[in-house]
Amino acid sequence: MEEKIKARIMDSRKIRRSILRMTTEIIERNRNLKNLVIVGIRTRGIYLGKRISKLIKELEKIEIPVGVLDITLYRDDFSELEAQHMVKKTEINFSVAKKDVLLVDDVLFTGRTIRAAMDSLIDLGRPKTIQLLVLIDRGHRELPIRADYVGKFLPTSKREIVQVKLKEIDSEDEVLITEPPGIK
Amino acid sequence: MAFKHKHLLGIQGLTSSEIVSVLDTAESFYEVSTREVKKVPTLRGKTIINLFYEPSTRTRSSFELAAKRLSADIVNFNKQTSSVIKGESFKDTILNLEAMNPDAIIIRHSASGIPYFATTFCQHRIINAGDGSHEHPTQALLDAFTIRQEKKNFKDLKVIIVGDIIHSRVARSNIFLLNKMGAKVVLVGPPALLPVEFKNFGVEIDFNLDRAIQGADVVMMLRIQLERQAANFFPSIREYRNLYSLTEKRFRKAKKNAIIMHPGPINRGVEISTDMADSAKSVILKQVENGIAVRMAVLYLLLGGKKREAID
Repeated sequence: MEEKIKARIMDSRKIRRSILRMTTEIIERNRNLKNLVIVGIRTRGIYLGKRISKLIKELEKIEIPVGVLDITLYRDDFSELEAQHMVKKTEINFSVAKKDVLLVDDVLFTGRTIRAAMDSLIDLGRPKTIQLLVLIDRGHRELPIRADYVGKFLPTSKREIVQVKLKEIDSEDEVLITEPPGIK
Repeated sequence: MAFKHKHLLGIQGLTSSEIVSVLDTAESFYEVSTREVKKVPTLRGKTIINLFYEPSTRTRSSFELAAKRLSADIVNFNKQTSSVIKGESFKDTILNLEAMNPDAIIIRHSASGIPYFATTFCQHRIINAGDGSHEHPTQALLDAFTIRQEKKNFKDLKVIIVGDIIHSRVARSNIFLLNKMGAKVVLVGPPALLPVEFKNFGVEIDFNLDRAIQGADVVMMLRIQLERQAANFFPSIREYRNLYSLTEKRFRKAKKNAIIMHPGPINRGVEISTDMADSAKSVILKQVENGIAVRMAVLYLLLGGKKREAID
């Protein structure tokens, strides 16, 4: 059974505008842009991070490195999963020590992924600051975590699923709200 | 993709896609050992017992470091300083350790099949770290990881395994693994150490190293296991060396980019000359380094997720 699509929240134009706005906010807030590094959380955070880096280069002519973070080893539900998650590589080829790190993810939900990402980052070095950017903040936080840059606040019910699709891996850019099969 | 086994008893029970998933997972764990803080919190709160009835440098410390880099607690059991010396049986030892509620027991023992025997009465996960002349699965996995690192692919690789085949659990595990992955395996050694029945595993055998080494991509040397030789299997070390030692002259007959492997410990000047063991073509220490990543992957895959029923 296919999951049911309830609403199409963003299309590629809306996503592009939203990323552009957030990028401007990043530039405005980080006066020392040269100290900024981007770390994208697998999988879609990587592509959002790369788009932001590209935009900063166009706007400010500064090259911001983008690293890849896999948080599997830092999950807090390791013993509760039915099967292990596939561990993928963390690829951060620069030091995060004393840097302003911009953590990027597609959806902010319970906050547990971000907790894991921050623990993981701090094990790699001591960043000067960590800022968080998400395309969608859907609420239902279980930890005291908030994002510094938000593409769109999206009130949802807990059983709904927010799907961010990016053309780098999903063939097109869109944000959908879907519901798992079997639930009315 | 998911790894569903409860125990790791041997390569024989794994499919090629399960082997690939262990190697892929190890690929990700490799990076952890290159960090400044070589530790991730994944197995926090898990307890692992390293039960070694036989001496070991590499396997024991490799499992220990793998467990520690995953934040598991590990207890090392050493036969010499344990109640085994007072006559406690293997089964009683396991039952007593099990009463302390570990999550996994890693077993190295001189009797083939002991890890399997342990699974018949022990509730916890069992990992075979070498049992007699049967299997040494994590060694074969780390060898495969190293071969894949150097050669990218297993298909049509010519791998020769040279030496004391009859006593070697490393050889058996490697034969099973390389067969499943599509490599061509040739076993080489003196007839007394290389029974022709090995052909039943689907490999070639050759008693002449100078012939077998031609065109080899991987030259895997095995240690002459003097401790397992109740009878004399060959007339003298000197004769063995003359016929089966890996020397520079012999190695020149292999492919140009061939690599030299050895599971260790090496007997320098017996199965391999010192200059070959230390040469640029030797990946012997690389194997040791990779061992930690592979064992981290094995611990992760076996200890992750909910408690599962044995499917082995």
